[in-house]
Amino acid sequence: MTQLPVRTDRKLGLVIDLDTCVGCHACVISCKGWNTENYGAPLSDQDAYGADPSGTFLNRVHSFEIRPDEGAAQLVHFPKSCLHCEDAPCVTVCPTGASYKRREDGIVLVNEDHCIGCGLCAWACPYGARELDRAAGVMKKCTLCIDRIYNENLLEQDRVPACVRTCPAGARHFGDLGDPDSAVSQLVAERGGIDLMPEQGTRPVNKYLPPRPRDRIGADSPALTAVAETASGFLAWLDRTLDRLPGGGLARMDAPAKEENS
Amino acid sequence: MNPAPSVIIFTTLSGAGFGLLVWLGLGLPGVTGLTAFGFFAIAYLLAVGGLLASTFHLGRPERAIRAFTQWRTSWLSREGWTSVIALILMAGYGAGLVFLGTRWTALGLAGAAMSVAVVFTTSMIYAQLRTVPRWNMALTPVMFLTLSLTGGALLAGQMAAAKALLLLSGIVQIAYWKLGDRALAGSGTTLATATGLGAPRAVRAFEPPHTGTNYLLEEFVHVVGRRHALKLRAIALTLAVVLPLVLLMLGAGHLVAALAALCHLAGVAVSRWLFFAQAEHVVGFYYGKR
Ligand code: SF4
Ligand code: SF4
Repeated sequence: MTQLPVRTDRKLGLVIDLDTCVGCHACVISCKGWNTENYGAPLSDQDAYGADPSGTFLNRVHSFEIRPDEGAAQLVHFPKSCLHCEDAPCVTVCPTGASYKRREDGIVLVNEDHCIGCGLCAWACPYGARELDRAAGVMKKCTLCIDRIYNENLLEQDRVPACVRTCPAGARHFGDLGDPDSAVSQLVAERGGIDLMPEQGTRPVNKYLPPRPRDRIGADSPALTAVAETASGFLAWLDRTLDRLPGGGLARMDAPAKEENS
Repeated sequence: MNPAPSVIIFTTLSGAGFGLLVWLGLGLPGVTGLTAFGFFAIAYLLAVGGLLASTFHLGRPERAIRAFTQWRTSWLSREGWTSVIALILMAGYGAGLVFLGTRWTALGLAGAAMSVAVVFTTSMIYAQLRTVPRWNMALTPVMFLTLSLTGGALLAGQMAAAKALLLLSGIVQIAYWKLGDRALAGSGTTLATATGLGAPRAVRAFEPPHTGTNYLLEEFVHVVGRRHALKLRAIALTLAVVLPLVLLMLGAGHLVAALAALCHLAGVAVSRWLFFAQAEHVVGFYYGKR
């Protein structure tokens, strides 16, 4: 049913830390790996080894550059998947009822057996979170790994979305954003988590933590104290003597250059 | 947005077909017997042909029947219902005219109202999308409805009405383009709101997530042909409005009317192509494109 629930019992979702993401795309791969062989139709590729490869992904990592008025530019890696919006426009436009939002946990899903592949839900999503699978002809989107998070056959620590489990930088967090006391809600409060495209009125559950300003070396920054001290005693004598031998100073200057060339 | 031929054919043909049904339902022209059969045949060919074409862009057309279930929220589902109801009502009304020579006025009026509703629901599929600011305007349904009624008037041989509607169509079309050109900027969505990385720091798309193309780029970030937009607008306006008007001024008769109608439909098809090709989806911001 494409009528949205008035409220959901929980709001499961992701918190993505743009300060921490290193842009390794591990979440993209683990997502594709898990989801191509679990919920619904496989995530197909077209011309995978040819000149013009393309394929279906549920999670993709963009990279943006911030150029501040002063100081160096900063690169921000930006993972993006379904934000499991509270006012999900993708659900209400669906003519078949294939798209729905679960009352119990707020996850937005596609029932692939009912989907006619009209593509309208992908048109309605501002974030590009839905992709029509070219082989199966049905709409694919992030399921929040519904087949992991409730899966009692998995170890406790594996009952999180594949992207969260795999992220080597700890940039992805999973939890109930409807519960103000949950770890993810606390994190959002503490770091000033934001909504993407709030003006679109989708009320996304997923939140993004903005990158923190980088430290800068300014006039008032404490100067570093030297670690190496000038040699004294026997070593100082040896150093001076070796320098005085023919070609001594030269050899020292040449050494690194020779190493580079070899 | 990708200007898929199936959708352009569908909206152009069924728009004209349901437009013709509106006029027939009003009893303009008040035909019966074989003449009525001819008019209804044309209307059904256009309307049903268009609807069939629209199923070509479905990934799983064999399940299309399911699209009737969600009329409470989905304009696409409502379009399915209105078109079936309109076609059934008009079939009954047409049968009365063709076989019995009787005009069931109330049935005709209901059929005409339903035919207007079909075009309106079609236009709302596009107009409801906040993600495509150029479509998300009150003028979108206005444009679909005026073009449909104009095409219908031309096909129904309602020359006086057609002339007035052609003029109106031209004005609405130009207004739609003018407002549409400002829609994306006016929507408030930018790369800054899309990423939250905006002001006072300048942000730009640095590296896309994938080196090849994907469904999103093919479907939503169609930029080919936009550079010819101005020329195509001139062509669309000439074909859809100016030439039919000139033809109608020059003479009457079936040949002139047929020529004017064909010319108009060709113009509407060009306008529809632009309607899709020029529409920018906000997801393009993430790719640094529009
Ligand atoms: S991110 Fe897109 S697909 Fe996901 S719930 Fe929101 S609108 Fe729907
Ligand atoms: S593509 Fe499938 S899920 Fe999306 S709107 Fe169409 S029928 Fe619904």
